Amino acid sequence: MSAEASTIAVDPEEPAGVGRVILHRILLTVGPILIALVIAGLILVAVGVDPLAYYGYVIERGLLSPTGVQQTLTRMAPMLFLAAGLIVAFRAGIWNLGVDGQFLLGAVTAAAAAPLLANAMPVWAAVVGAFVLATVVAMIWSLVPALLKAYHGVNEIITTLMMTFLGVSFANVLVKLVFLDPETTVPQTRTLPVEDRLPRLFDTTISSGLLLGLVAVIGVHLIMTRTAFGLKLRVVGANPRAAVHAGLDVPWLTIAVFAISAGLAGAGGAVDILGVQGNVRADWNPAYGLTVIPMVFLARLNGFASIAFVLLLSVLSIGGESAARRLGVPNHFTLVLIAIVLIVLAIVEYVDTRYLSRRR
Amino acid sequence: MEREVTTAGSAAPIIALEGVTKRFPGVVANDHVELAIWPGEVHVLLGENGAGKSTLIGLLSGLQQPDEGRILVDGKPTAITSPSHALSLGIGTVFQHTMLVPTLTVAENLLLGAPWWRRPRKDGLRTRVEEVSRSLGIKVNLDALASELSLGEQQHVEILRALLRDSRILILDESTSMLTPSGIEELGVLMRQLVGRGLAVVFITHKLKEAAAFGDRISVLKLGRKVGEIAPERFRALDEESLISEFVELMFGKRSGDPEDVVREPHPGISQAAPVLSVRALTRAPTSVSPGLSDITFDLRPGEILGIAGIDGNGQKQLADALSGQIATDDGSILLDGQPIEFLPVHARRDAGLRYLTDDRLGEGTVAPFPVSINFFLKQIGDRPFWRSGIERRAELDRRARALIAAFDIRTPSSETPVGRLSGGNIQKVLLARELADGAKVVIFNKPTYGLDLANALATRNRIREIAASGKGVLLISTDLEELLGLSDRIAVMAQGSVVGTVENSETARTEVGRLMVGLAA
Repeated sequence: MSAEASTIAVDPEEPAGVGRVILHRILLTVGPILIALVIAGLILVAVGVDPLAYYGYVIERGLLSPTGVQQTLTRMAPMLFLAAGLIVAFRAGIWNLGVDGQFLLGAVTAAAAAPLLANAMPVWAAVVGAFVLATVVAMIWSLVPALLKAYHGVNEIITTLMMTFLGVSFANVLVKLVFLDPETTVPQTRTLPVEDRLPRLFDTTISSGLLLGLVAVIGVHLIMTRTAFGLKLRVVGANPRAAVHAGLDVPWLTIAVFAISAGLAGAGGAVDILGVQGNVRADWNPAYGLTVIPMVFLARLNGFASIAFVLLLSVLSIGGESAARRLGVPNHFTLVLIAIVLIVLAIVEYVDTRYLSRRR
Repeated sequence: MEREVTTAGSAAPIIALEGVTKRFPGVVANDHVELAIWPGEVHVLLGENGAGKSTLIGLLSGLQQPDEGRILVDGKPTAITSPSHALSLGIGTVFQHTMLVPTLTVAENLLLGAPWWRRPRKDGLRTRVEEVSRSLGIKVNLDALASELSLGEQQHVEILRALLRDSRILILDESTSMLTPSGIEELGVLMRQLVGRGLAVVFITHKLKEAAAFGDRISVLKLGRKVGEIAPERFRALDEESLISEFVELMFGKRSGDPEDVVREPHPGISQAAPVLSVRALTRAPTSVSPGLSDITFDLRPGEILGIAGIDGNGQKQLADALSGQIATDDGSILLDGQPIEFLPVHARRDAGLRYLTDDRLGEGTVAPFPVSINFFLKQIGDRPFWRSGIERRAELDRRARALIAAFDIRTPSSETPVGRLSGGNIQKVLLARELADGAKVVIFNKPTYGLDLANALATRNRIREIAASGKGVLLISTDLEELLGLSDRIAVMAQGSVVGTVENSETARTEVGRLMVGLAA
C-alpha cells in the first residue's frame, strides 16, 4: 500500500477536472475514517462501552474544552516536526522508520544541553543552541543507515528500525548514567526552568513550538514541490535509475535526505523538551513517530493535509486519554482506532484502483 | 564429432507445429511456422534477435498460446496450457538464464515442483540422480548450494531436472551464451548423449559454428517466419564452409518488398575534419551480470553515423553507459572535441555536448508519473532559466515545454500529462526533444526504434539522418541490421565486449557484418 501511496502522492493532477479529482481524494480519505469510527464503535459496544459516550468525551476533551484544546495544539508541535521529516524521506523514496530513535536522542541532547547553555548565555541563544545540537546529533545518528544505503544499497527499512532500538536504549543509558540530575531520586535529566523554555503563545499554555512545527511542515512541503533540490529528491524517489541517467549524485542526495529527515526528527525531540517536558525521564519514549507515519500516508505526503491529520491524531490522543480514564477503556484504544483507519484506508484504496478507477 | 544415425525406426515426430502464428501488439512474432521435432535429433533453431525463437519456445513450454495453427503432440492436436502441463507432456525447458534457487542445495532444487502435500523423497532422488548422471557422464554434487556452482554446472543440474521428470524433449534456450568454450564443448557432448538415448533436443542459438557442430537438423527463423530448413541427410552431405555460407544467406539475405526496408540515402560527404569523438582503449571489467568492455577504440567525425552492430547483450549497453558516464571505466580515454571527458560526471559530459538516448525509455529515460514538462528538464534540474536560485519558474518551464511539444510533434493531452501515459513513440520524442536541445555535438542512440511502430520508427530514422546532416556525430547502437545498413556510414560489430571488426557500409557490408555478428571473420 505504502509504495503505491507514494507514487500517487507525487503524481500531479491534470488541470482538467481538478475539482473532481480533489473531491475524489477527499472522499477516499474521509470515507475510510468514518467507516473506521463505526467499526471501532462496534468494538466498544462489544466490550460494553457506549461508543457515543467515548467519542463524545474524545471530542469534548480534545477539541472543545479550553485546557484540552491547548494540550492538543501543544502536542502537535513534535508530531509536526516528525511529519516534516517523514515527508522528506518518503517523497525521496527513503523509508526512514527510525524517527523514534532520532527523536529521543534529539530530546536527550536538548535536555542535557539546554540547562548548561542557559547558564552561559541568554535564554534565546540557549534555546537555539539546544535546538541545533539536537538536530546535529540526530543527523549523526542517521549516518550509519545513510552511508550503508548510499554506498552499499543496504535496505534502510531494516537498518533504521534496528538503529531505533539502539537509539532508544542509548538515550536511556545517557539519561541514567551521564546526564542524571543528582538532585532528584528519580532517574531523569536536569529540569529546564519554565522561564528558560520556549515562550508560550499569548496568554495560553500553547507552546510556540506549534508555530515552529507548522513552519517546518510547510517549509518542507514548499521545498519538495517548488525547488530544484526537492525535484531532485523526488526523481530519486520515483525512479532511481532515471536519477542516475539524468546525472544526479544519488549517493549524496540519499545522505542529504537521511540528514534532513533525522534532523527534523531530532528537532522534534528538542521542541517537546524545550517547549513542554523540560527534562527527559528514564524510560520515556512517547513513540510519536510510529503513529505519525500513518498520518503522513493518509495525507498522501502532502504537507498541508499532514497538518490536518496531525491535528486529528492529537485530538484522538489527548481526548482518548481522557475518555479512556472516564470509561475504563485501555489507553491504547486510540492506537486501535488508528490501526482500523489504516486498514480500512488500504482496502478502500485497493478497491478504488482495482475497480473504480478503471472507468476513467 | 561422431554423428550416428539414430532416427532410423522413429517414424513420427514427437511434436509438430502446423501453421503456428503468434501475434503481439504491433508484431507478428511467429508467422505460420511449420516445425517437426523428431526423437533422436538435435534440432537447431537459428535466428537473430527478434526472429521469433523465444516466442516459439514460449509456445512449446506452455507459457503462451498460439493465435492460429495447432501443435501436435504424438500426432494428436494438443493445447499446451501451462508450463506444468508441458512438463507432464514430457517437454522440459532449460532457459537462457538459470532458474535454480541460489540459496537451496542442488538436491532441494531438484525436489522443487512436486505437489505440496507430498513429502520430498530425498533418498530415492540420490539413486535416480546417480543412475542418470552416470549414463550421461556428468557429475553433480547434490549437497552443494546452487549459487556455488559454475554456470555450466547449473545448466547440468537443470538438464538433470528435466530428465528426472522423464522429459522426451529438452529445449535448450541460448544455453551456450553464458558458457566458456570448454563448457560449450561439454554441452555438445551431452546433447549427443541425450539424443543417443532417443530424446529430442531443441537447441536455440544464433552462433553458426555451434549450429554446424552440434545440430542434426537446422531450421532458420527470420522475422517470425521459417525461412529454411536443412534436413539431416543434406546436413551431413555439406561441408562446414558451404553450410555456413548458406546460413548467412538465409539469416541476413536481403528481404524483398519489406515495408520496413530502410533505404539508404546518399549522404553528404563526411568532412575530413578532426573527429568529434575519439574513444581510445576503453576498458571495463565484466561483472557477474553484464559483459565488460575490452579495449574499445574508435573515432567519430562530425556528420558521421557510426553503427554499432552485434547480438544483444554483448556490451553495447555498457558502451553507451560508459560513454555517458553512468558507469565507471577501468582504463582508456574519451575525447570530445579533443577534450578529455572520461573523468567528468554525467551532467558535465552532457553540458560538453555528449547526449545519450537510452533504449530503456521508461526504466531510466523518464520518470513515468511525472508530467511531460518536468521530464523535458530531468537532466537540467536547477539550471537557469527554468530555475532561479533553486526555485522553480513554472512559467518558463511551461513555455519551453509547449515549444518542445510543438517542435517535436509530441501527441500529448497536455504538458502536465504523466509521461508514462504516452505511447512509446511519443515518449521517444520527449527524449529526442530533451537530448537534442541546444549544444549537442555527439548523440548516442541505443536501439532508437526498438518497440516503436513503423511510422514512429521511420520518423526516428529520419531524425537521425537530420542530426548527422547538421554536422553532429551519431553513434547508432542497434540490433536491427537493416536499420544499421540503411543509416550508417561505417558499422562496427561488438561481441563479448569488444569491437571485433569495423566495415565501411558498402555493397558487401551486409554479409561482412552478418559474419562478424555470428562469430566469423569478415
